[in-house]
Amino acid sequence: MSAQANTNAPANDAASSEYLVFSLGDEEYAVDILKVQEIRGYENVTRIANVPEFIKGVTNLRGVIVPIIDLRLKFHLDKIEYGGQTVVIVVNVDDRIVGIVVDGVSDVMSLAPDQIKPAPEFGVTLSSDYLSGIGSLEDRMLVLVDIEKLLTHEEMQLVERTAESA
Amino acid sequence: MDISDFYDTFFEEAEELLADMERLLLDLDVDDPDGEDLNAIFRAAHSIKGGAGTFGFTVLQETTHLLENLLDHTRRGELKLRRDIVDTFLETKDMLHDQLDAYRNGGEPDAEAFERISRMLQQMALDELGQGEAVKTTKPDPEPAPDTGDSGQAEIDHDDVGVAAARRLSITLANVSDKDRELLVEELQHFGTISSQSGDVARYRVLLDSNESQNDIEAVLCFIIEPEQLSIEVEGTGAVEDLAAPPAATSVSEMASPAAQAFSETDKDAPGGAAPPRGPGKPSGKSAKGSESSTIRVPVDKVDQIINLVGELIITQSMLEQTASDLDIVSHGPLVNGMNLLQRNARDLQESVMSIRMMPMDYVFSRFPRLVRDLAAKLGKDVELVTEGKSTELDKSLIERIIDPLTHLVRNSLDHGLESPDKREAAGKSPTGRLTLSAQHQGGNILIEVIDDGAGLNRERILAKARSSGLAVTDSMSDDDVWQLIFAPGFSTAEQVSDVSGRGVGMDVVKRNIQEMGGHVEILSKPGRGTTTRIVLPLTLAILDGMSIRCGNETFLLPLNAVLESLQPQTDDIYSMAGDDQLLKVRDEYLPIIALHHALDVTGAKTELTAAIAVIVQGEGRRYALLVDDLVGQQQVVVKNLETNYRKVPGISAATILGDGSVALILDIADLHRLDRCKSQQRHEAKHQHLQEVSLA
Repeated sequence: MSAQANTNAPANDAASSEYLVFSLGDEEYAVDILKVQEIRGYENVTRIANVPEFIKGVTNLRGVIVPIIDLRLKFHLDKIEYGGQTVVIVVNVDDRIVGIVVDGVSDVMSLAPDQIKPAPEFGVTLSSDYLSGIGSLEDRMLVLVDIEKLLTHEEMQLVERTAESA
Repeated sequence: MDISDFYDTFFEEAEELLADMERLLLDLDVDDPDGEDLNAIFRAAHSIKGGAGTFGFTVLQETTHLLENLLDHTRRGELKLRRDIVDTFLETKDMLHDQLDAYRNGGEPDAEAFERISRMLQQMALDELGQGEAVKTTKPDPEPAPDTGDSGQAEIDHDDVGVAAARRLSITLANVSDKDRELLVEELQHFGTISSQSGDVARYRVLLDSNESQNDIEAVLCFIIEPEQLSIEVEGTGAVEDLAAPPAATSVSEMASPAAQAFSETDKDAPGGAAPPRGPGKPSGKSAKGSESSTIRVPVDKVDQIINLVGELIITQSMLEQTASDLDIVSHGPLVNGMNLLQRNARDLQESVMSIRMMPMDYVFSRFPRLVRDLAAKLGKDVELVTEGKSTELDKSLIERIIDPLTHLVRNSLDHGLESPDKREAAGKSPTGRLTLSAQHQGGNILIEVIDDGAGLNRERILAKARSSGLAVTDSMSDDDVWQLIFAPGFSTAEQVSDVSGRGVGMDVVKRNIQEMGGHVEILSKPGRGTTTRIVLPLTLAILDGMSIRCGNETFLLPLNAVLESLQPQTDDIYSMAGDDQLLKVRDEYLPIIALHHALDVTGAKTELTAAIAVIVQGEGRRYALLVDDLVGQQQVVVKNLETNYRKVPGISAATILGDGSVALILDIADLHRLDRCKSQQRHEAKHQHLQEVSLA
């Protein structure tokens, strides 16, 4: 597992990678900034029936229909009301555009390879399969989410399965 | 820029040329071929050969070379056309197509097939022309000269790419202005040495020593002048004779000798009195020019991007309009006027952009003459194919998807519909069957019909077959209902499974394909008079006529063509069946009721049946009453794919963007029915499973 985490982490020893840090409750997460297309507010989401709860629906992103996923619900955190701080991180993975609802975006961090620790192997609700590691930054801990794996492998297939059985 | 960048252009052009070639070959009157057509066929082969040579597609080049040789003889009347010769040409054309595909996919064409076709063509040359072209080498070979020719000046129509040795060329420019002439002479200097030049505007002669081929020179000069103004001849006499082996002087025996074969790239248009006077250079120069000026090639995704952007513009415009409609007209007069103008312009823009995607039905129809010809021959039937409305336009995505169903229908008509000539005569009909393909616009739809004047459908046989395959039928069914039976899966009345039809991929696939395109199929048939299969398709998939409805506080769209009527259910008309299921009596029909809020888990919807509105909808042959809260209105919407970034959602076919910028889902009538069925049955199970998944995750 740790080997995999290492290969998924920034591969070049010398170069550090930049991460977009966002918060869910008290926890801080980060995604590879190169996957992020834009950040926008949460608005006008049309609900879709018969899909898992964490899929909030679809929205219109300049003429393209984009699904919106709530990471809080996906990660089994408490549900909260969306407010002015609630933002949608629009990511582009595997030629798909997906919006992710998070509580807020704090900053962009540069992490050197030695600052990235392998993800621990417990994770009951948050499978370590889609974590690329833990970023340690002084007293902060960032959970590095491999957004591509999260959305393509786990998430999307889960959607497929549920729909077929429904 | 790498040469491979041009591959795609070549492939596309070659494909078009092959299509042209096939069309011309099919139109050819074998007994009295039109000279211009023969020339056009020759030109097509020649252009492909040239391109193939440039890009190094050797097999393609060699095959076209052989074909071109034969075509050249045909063109000059030395090879008498026969039906079987045309067949061979057509077969060669198919082979060329295969080779082209092979190259396109980065492979090498089938060598065996190439061997076979080249032997066939060579054999034909041998048999028909009776000349000793004992060609066994795979190199492009020179043709036997039909005549030794007077060694003087030879008129060169065509030339192969690249000529080995320098020759003296006499280039005559007719009616070229001084200014152009200077330019031309300058250009010519790049090709070789100009030994002399003289003449006036009407006729100017340049002698050039060059080892470039006439074709290349022609091609360059034709950028400046018309091909008609130019003639290039080889000076076959004098000092240059030692330098080159001017084809004009080559005789048959010389050509067949190994030495001459080594010079395989010499002119193959042999000189002599037999050669008809033709404007040299006419072919390649002219056709290239003509097509370049009138069309441009644009990748489809670029067009789609424009369409998307225009869709956005329309949405923005209607958002603005909504805002502006709240304003006072008196104080905001100019703004309101501007808004109206914007609306009109935006709609016009949308219309013209949509028309880019439109393609004429000819694209589809043009592939049938060949199919009908081959099939009719195979089945021993005599068939005349008539096409109407070739210029009717249809969206590109639809036009590509209509080909398969239409091919199936045409095959069916030929195989089952039209009778053999003797049967037709016995029935008092002309022995030649008539198959009509027609396309026409009707409202927002396009009607495509396959009409045959054959035997018509056999009601008894269809009913018997339906019974034996366990379908519920009665003798009192209306004709229309009986005809619809042939669309049932696995249904075929063909007495024998033939090569042509009856192989199981049946009419049900045709029907399904067409329904997927948002259309439907109708059949009209009269015993002894023939059958008409009518396909009704929407003009485009990108725009949908929708009925927007409300359920709870959500808005959905129903495709208007699925909506039959709407009404307010009365308590008396609602019947329940087996406890849960409810039926609505509409006139004399009992329709199952599906509540939208139930199928799609809408909260806050009207649950009282009599308070809701029942929309009677029909999809994939199923008719039911869909309960919604309110009808909002009819509108045209731009269809957006959900699967681009997400996936297929049960009960939903696509999405669209409303005037306020929000997304509304377009309901899939047939799928909604399935979804409701599943939900009722598996509601319990699904819940259980979902819980399990949640706890596992």
